Amino acid sequence: MALFPDPFDTLLNLQQALDSFRSSNWLGSGPSGGGAYPPMNVFHRGDDFIIITELPGLKKSDLDVQVKGNSVRVAGTKGVSFPDKAAVHRRERLAGRFDRAVTLPVQIDPNGVKAEYRDGILALFLPRAEQDKPRSIQVA
Amino acid sequence: MANAQDLAVREKKELVTKEEKTVPGRYYVPYADIFETDDALTVVMEVPGVEKKNLDVSLENYVLRIDGKIDFAKYDGMEPLYTEYNIGHYTRSFTVSNKVDQEHISAQLDDGVLTLTLPKAKEAQPRRIAIG
Repeated sequence: MALFPDPFDTLLNLQQALDSFRSSNWLGSGPSGGGAYPPMNVFHRGDDFIIITELPGLKKSDLDVQVKGNSVRVAGTKGVSFPDKAAVHRRERLAGRFDRAVTLPVQIDPNGVKAEYRDGILALFLPRAEQDKPRSIQVA
Repeated sequence: MANAQDLAVREKKELVTKEEKTVPGRYYVPYADIFETDDALTVVMEVPGVEKKNLDVSLENYVLRIDGKIDFAKYDGMEPLYTEYNIGHYTRSFTVSNKVDQEHISAQLDDGVLTLTLPKAKEAQPRRIAIG
């Protein structure tokens, strides 16, 4: 109904949109990886796909991203360290090894995959394979 | 103790307050580790997606308050297909005692992890007493 989107509730709209895709079964689990960590969000922009994950505190050398066929694997070690003589008041952050593989129901072009890690967010840009792009059909 | 903190998928803690914010949107409470050494109290908080310019750390009336805003304009043009977590701004506050030297609090933000070092005031540091 509104002609212009209200900038003040765009965040809430985005949050509600993300919530509504929680029960989607678009993504399958991959053949090789184990575990459900890290949680991923999958988006599409035009024909291409983007996977976004939150992995704060990682060093690029601790992160391993692999693509094979239509599976994507994200593995690494998330570390949390305390100085030796510290009295810990609160411990809420998690640490350990993670290794997760997911399968997409579309074909992606492995040569065009780009991975970016900034501010603790890992973004994987997965372009769709040419042969898998939908073709428009002319309606006579 | 190490096993309890192994990697697991957790829902983000949503902030629930009596007062509402004027701009709608869910706020989350970032996970924090707090530890104390002889000379400082350190708070390490995970705020992925928050850039330095959108992070606000303030200390007033012995309350340390951290506010981190995420830039959701980056999601423009993206349509969700499948989600496992939600995103939002982060906020958390702690009361600190007068043992903290408020002038010298330092903050560092790297890869979504905020490290706040609150040095203890000189009077509060442990003193070794020599036994005569």
